[in-house]
Amino acid sequence: MKRITIDPITRLEGHGKIEIFLNDNGEVANTYFQVPELRGFEKFCEGRLAEDMPQITQRICGVCPEAHHLASTKALDAVFHVDPPGPAKKLRELLYSAFYVTDHTTHFYILAGPDFIMGPEAPVAERNILGVIAKVGLELGGAVIKTRMQNHHIVQMLGGRAVHPVFGLPGGISKGLNEEERKEVEVIAKESVEFAKLSLQVFDDIVLKNKEYVDMVVSDVYTHKTYYMGMVDKNNKVNFYDGVMRIVDPSGKEFAKYEPKDYLAHLAEHVEPWSYMKFPFLKNVGWKGFVDGASSGVFRVAPLARLNASDGMATPLAQEQYEKFYATLGGKPVHHTLATHWARLIELLYAAERLLELSLDPEITSPDIRKIPTAVPDEGVGIVEAPRGTLIHHYATDEKGIIRKVNLIVATLNNAAAVNMSVNKAATSLFTPGKEITEGLLNRIEMAWRPYDLCLACATHNLPGPSPLPIYVYDSRGKLIKKL
Amino acid sequence: MPKLKLALYWASSCGGCEIGQLQIGTKLLQLAAVADIVFWPVAIDVKYKDVEAMPDKSIDVCLFNGSIRTSEQEHMAKMLRDKSNVLISYGACACNGGIPGLANFYNRDMIFNRAYIETPSTDNAGKTMPQTSFQSPQGVLTLPEFYETVRSLAQTVDVDYFVPGCPPEERTTWLALEALIEGKLPPKGTVISNNVKAVCDDCPRKKNVKKVKSFYRTFQMVPEPETCLLEQGLICAGIATRGGCGAPCPQANMPCTGCYGAPEGVIDQGAHLLGAVASVIDSTDPDEIKSIIDNISDPAGTFYRYSLPVSLLRRAKIK
Repeated sequence: MKRITIDPITRLEGHGKIEIFLNDNGEVANTYFQVPELRGFEKFCEGRLAEDMPQITQRICGVCPEAHHLASTKALDAVFHVDPPGPAKKLRELLYSAFYVTDHTTHFYILAGPDFIMGPEAPVAERNILGVIAKVGLELGGAVIKTRMQNHHIVQMLGGRAVHPVFGLPGGISKGLNEEERKEVEVIAKESVEFAKLSLQVFDDIVLKNKEYVDMVVSDVYTHKTYYMGMVDKNNKVNFYDGVMRIVDPSGKEFAKYEPKDYLAHLAEHVEPWSYMKFPFLKNVGWKGFVDGASSGVFRVAPLARLNASDGMATPLAQEQYEKFYATLGGKPVHHTLATHWARLIELLYAAERLLELSLDPEITSPDIRKIPTAVPDEGVGIVEAPRGTLIHHYATDEKGIIRKVNLIVATLNNAAAVNMSVNKAATSLFTPGKEITEGLLNRIEMAWRPYDLCLACATHNLPGPSPLPIYVYDSRGKLIKKL
Repeated sequence: MPKLKLALYWASSCGGCEIGQLQIGTKLLQLAAVADIVFWPVAIDVKYKDVEAMPDKSIDVCLFNGSIRTSEQEHMAKMLRDKSNVLISYGACACNGGIPGLANFYNRDMIFNRAYIETPSTDNAGKTMPQTSFQSPQGVLTLPEFYETVRSLAQTVDVDYFVPGCPPEERTTWLALEALIEGKLPPKGTVISNNVKAVCDDCPRKKNVKKVKSFYRTFQMVPEPETCLLEQGLICAGIATRGGCGAPCPQANMPCTGCYGAPEGVIDQGAHLLGAVASVIDSTDPDEIKSIIDNISDPAGTFYRYSLPVSLLRRAKIK
């Protein structure tokens, strides 16, 4: 048995490694996507003040702290039985929309973009953001930096800090927007809509007009037929901040719809001895191992899954793109993992449009942003759609509001089984006996997980911190022959 | 002048330090003009074997964030210490243990049990636990060892400078980078921040030397916008925390939680905060003082939010 190791995997948030075993014929015998870290949030939050949870749990992930901050704040609304005033909810969603613009921009241009814009086998030294800027030009490169900065500025303005905001409280938020700030948001939102349109144009030019890339996107190597889950509003349109959870089966038919508080009736987590990351699955289908299809409980989350699990986007320009997406890729659902990058850009446009809508809402500068809770706190669940998928916070407290128990199912974790399957399939398809194992070939394997926009810091909230992803190749006697 | 060779690494952390580093925005280009990044897993495809192959002291500066919880992180800390001329402890986790350091209230078994057995969504009747070494049908798979206790970087290897914050604010990051770029490094061991005094010195809220009859939790009151939060009865850590951040949290009507660590000359941030809180209590009657203090729940987790591993307490003793 031959063994290939990629350690660490790179261009992701957190630590991970890939082990590939080859049999005597040089074919892939098995692959393992391992996460070597854990931090223990579900334990050490016990004993903390419930109202501090939005600030504590966001340290699970500094890339998507806003997602944890808001899932936690929503869980606190439920724990304290308090319904925040309308303007508070809208301001939370406004901050969250600005955050989505920054986060999806970061992923497309800095983490995943290099594979497409520079090409999967471009030299390592060029396959990064600096290479991307050199290729797309300083103007677009500058727009990427500016969009990120401006939207982080909105997070800072409302949330107090650009990274790890502080404004969430049960029953509302600590700070509102004045008219001057609102105007600033409106200007940034308009520019962000234009930036998102431009980004979709770039994708169109670089990927969709390149037959080689389109063939790669729709190839079987990067395809899995699974269930999909995402949050939808009352019209079954994608929503990031609030709504109900919808699951569709591999044929695209609605399989389940549930309120956030009922998540335990639908989801369960499987444990493997070789990774610190757990593997969620659909409880009512069951864990059948790392396989796809309708009889396996493996499901997927994040941009592609959200589009598949919904009936459309709630804003006009994003809806147009949604329709184009399915028309181009042969109808719903789309099972091609690499199409996630396109879905992410459609969500970028939605987030920018939603930001603009909220900035123009007549209520958005209202000072009515807090309701002081009066009920005895006990238990509650809060769910948001993080950029990387469904994020669930569930707390139980004593009567003084001290945390007794915490359960977290985080975005990337929901995709854990699918990520393993994607890496396995890519390796099995790309490694053929006698073929030289080049760095570019191994990068094509890394391209199988990059669409998931892994946040392994999030996925391993349970134990210590993150570490990037290595790949190891072993021979049939278990001897290490290649390490990347 | 040859370009600086810069490495950036994360141990037990959340990625917020990386996002914080990106916050310097267009100044990144200024940095790129004088420095080559030789290792940065979040953004460039350099692998561990490439770092291992670098000669000792071939990296000019390494910004290391995250605390030390696993054998792999300890290994990387030691390796990057050997490879780097200047090792900078960047951010609250590397400097003081940070929020993951709150895990020192518990131990490894308690954390594993909660994560892999007890949580209500976990389906694990066979009580499977992740193993540091597991014999798969194809070969042995390994995971780093998970230690009992979270440690700071300086509790693991020799550190040259400290940059505080969770994450460090953009102004603080730039202060440190500017010192590097200009070659004007302060004495070894310096905590590089924009203010040596406490957060109160950065904070625009007015202090009236008023004492309090009761403490409140943040969800229980809407604070008045201009007055010191501690004087309104909220536990604000600003008085026991190094400044330089610009006091963004109190300006968003929320108390400082202490992420910049202890001010210059203070050994134990939590004890310092405890003293400050005690000094604002408006009573000399022992019974009344007791009832006022009873309103402060979870003092250890609040006063040592980011600094338990480097405090005099270090960790809880588990019987």
